[in-house]
Amino acid sequence: MTPEMEDCCESDSDQCREALHDLFVYLDGQLTVERRQMITGHIDRCAPCFERYSFETELRQVVAQNCRDTVPDSLRLRVAEAIGCDPSLADSVADED
Amino acid sequence: MANQQDFAEEAMPMMTQLYSAALRMTRNPSDAEDLVQETYLKAYRAFERFEAGTNLKAWMYRILTNTFINSYRKKQRRPTETELDTDEMYLYNRLGGLEGASLGRSAEDELLDLFGEAEVKQAVESMAEHYRLPVLLADVEGFSYKEIAEILDVPIGTVMSRLHRGRKQLQMRLYDFAKANRLLPDDAEPMAATSTTSTNNPDSEHDT
Repeated sequence: MTPEMEDCCESDSDQCREALHDLFVYLDGQLTVERRQMITGHIDRCAPCFERYSFETELRQVVAQNCRDTVPDSLRLRVAEAIGCDPSLADSVADED
Repeated sequence: MANQQDFAEEAMPMMTQLYSAALRMTRNPSDAEDLVQETYLKAYRAFERFEAGTNLKAWMYRILTNTFINSYRKKQRRPTETELDTDEMYLYNRLGGLEGASLGRSAEDELLDLFGEAEVKQAVESMAEHYRLPVLLADVEGFSYKEIAEILDVPIGTVMSRLHRGRKQLQMRLYDFAKANRLLPDDAEPMAATSTTSTNNPDSEHDT
C-alpha cells in the first residue's frame, strides 16, 4: 500500500498501539524526551500512524481557530473604564482571517 | 511589586482570548461580558499581589475560571458517563474513510469544510463542564498540564484524564453537529436496513 514506508506495519502492531496510546500527550508536548523520540521515530516510518497524527493535529488547529470571538466595543469600553485605561489597549481580532 | 499601570498594558491585549473563553464557559454573550469585566476588575485590584515575572495569562485565567465557577455556573449537569466509553480516535475512524488514502494530505481543508465556526462552538459548548474547561485551556489557549492544574486547582493526573475523556467527547459532539447541520454526506453512515420492502409483493395473495 505504501511502498515508501516499508518498515511498518499492520495498523495495529504493538508499536502503533503504543503510539496511539500516547497520541494526545505527544501532541501536548508533554512526553519525556526519550518517549517522544520513540514515538516520532515510529510515526516517521508508519504511514497509518502518520495520518492519524496529522489528522489530530489539524483537528486541534481547526478547533482553536474557530473558537475566537470579536470583543464588543461596549465591553472594551466598560473594562477600560473600570480599570482606568485607554480602551485601545485591548486587542482586536481584525487582523486574523 | 507589580504596579497597576502595568496591568492595563499587559492584560488588555488578552481581552479577545478571555472573552472567547468566557463565551464558551457561560454560553451567553451578556454573562460573558459581565464575567470578563469582573475578571479584569478583580485582577486589577489584586495586581499588587501578582508576582512580576510569573505567568500573567495563567493568573488571569485562574481568576476568570474561579469567577465563572463561583458566580456564573448554571446548575451542574450530570456527566453522562456511558457515552465516553468510545474509541480513541472517534472522528478519524469515521472520517478517515471518506477520502480514502488521500485524507492525510488534505486533512486540514477537509476538516475546515466539515467543522466551521458554528459546529466547533456548538460542540465545545455542549461538552460537560468538567471536560469543557480543561479542553478549552489546553486546546484553545495552549496551557500546559501544570498550568491547567493550577488554574483549575486540581491534580495534574486529573487534568490529564479529563483532557483525555474531554477530547473524545468533543470529537463525538463535532461529529453529531456536523451530521445535524448536514455537512456530512449521507453515506458517511450506512442507512438503516429497509428489508421489509422485499416482501411487498402485489401478488402475495397467492401465497397460501
